[in-house]
Amino acid sequence: MSAIRTWSAIAGIVLSSTAGDVLLSRAMRQIGDVGERRRREGLAAVVKAVMTHPSFLLALFFMAMAFFGLLLALSWADVSLVVPASASLSYITNAFAAGLFLHERVDRRRWMSALLVCAGVAVLAA
Amino acid sequence: MTLRKYLVLAATIVFASFGDISLSYGMKRVGAISAARWTELIAAVFNPWVALGIVLLLGFLTCYMSALSWSDLTYVLPATSFGYVLLALLSILLLHEKVTLARWIGILLVSSGVAVVTRGPSTSRQQPGPEATGAGEPS
Repeated sequence: MSAIRTWSAIAGIVLSSTAGDVLLSRAMRQIGDVGERRRREGLAAVVKAVMTHPSFLLALFFMAMAFFGLLLALSWADVSLVVPASASLSYITNAFAAGLFLHERVDRRRWMSALLVCAGVAVLAA
Repeated sequence: MTLRKYLVLAATIVFASFGDISLSYGMKRVGAISAARWTELIAAVFNPWVALGIVLLLGFLTCYMSALSWSDLTYVLPATSFGYVLLALLSILLLHEKVTLARWIGILLVSSGVAVVTRGPSTSRQQPGPEATGAGEPS
């Protein structure tokens, strides 16, 4: 029972953080290079553009879900399981989601990197 | 990739690492919270270590968003995963933790992943040009 609860929490964290990352990436891509934009329009304009972007607001919601999910899971399961499992699986789900929703060219190099990091994080954080 | 962009990626790594340490330390002090009493999570936010962790993670979020404004998600995520290596090295050097074989393998795997992705282009957004032809950026 507790294993089901823990893995449900991990699945929830992974899905929420992936949704948050993809939405955040979409928002920032549409806003453009914030460094250049700050020089052109000033910091206030950049902050306003970010804070009022619908994808950013939705990303914040999902990131908050992932954050509180992590806090909840950390309070009842071992950090040595929750952190490596959720962190490493997120690299795989993000690679899928970035190709699917952001139309990034996730080539062999990017996949190899995601898999290496996924395996490494699982080993390191366990 | 300019020096400024590499510095933003480095700051992302540092903020995330120290933010996670602070958050983990704080939640250990708060203790177990059951799903039925989830409102205690809100009170946990006021624990000084959890609060510091949140401030550091806000710094991480700012740098991370800046990086995402000029790079692909599938570039930024593996590139900033070097934070795990940093954490492992810090715990070995500063806290004199035991260096197991598994740990060295983990460091090697993450470092290889970072090396693989950072040798390629940071974005696949512009179709024509050297990046799309696979020439990549100087790293």
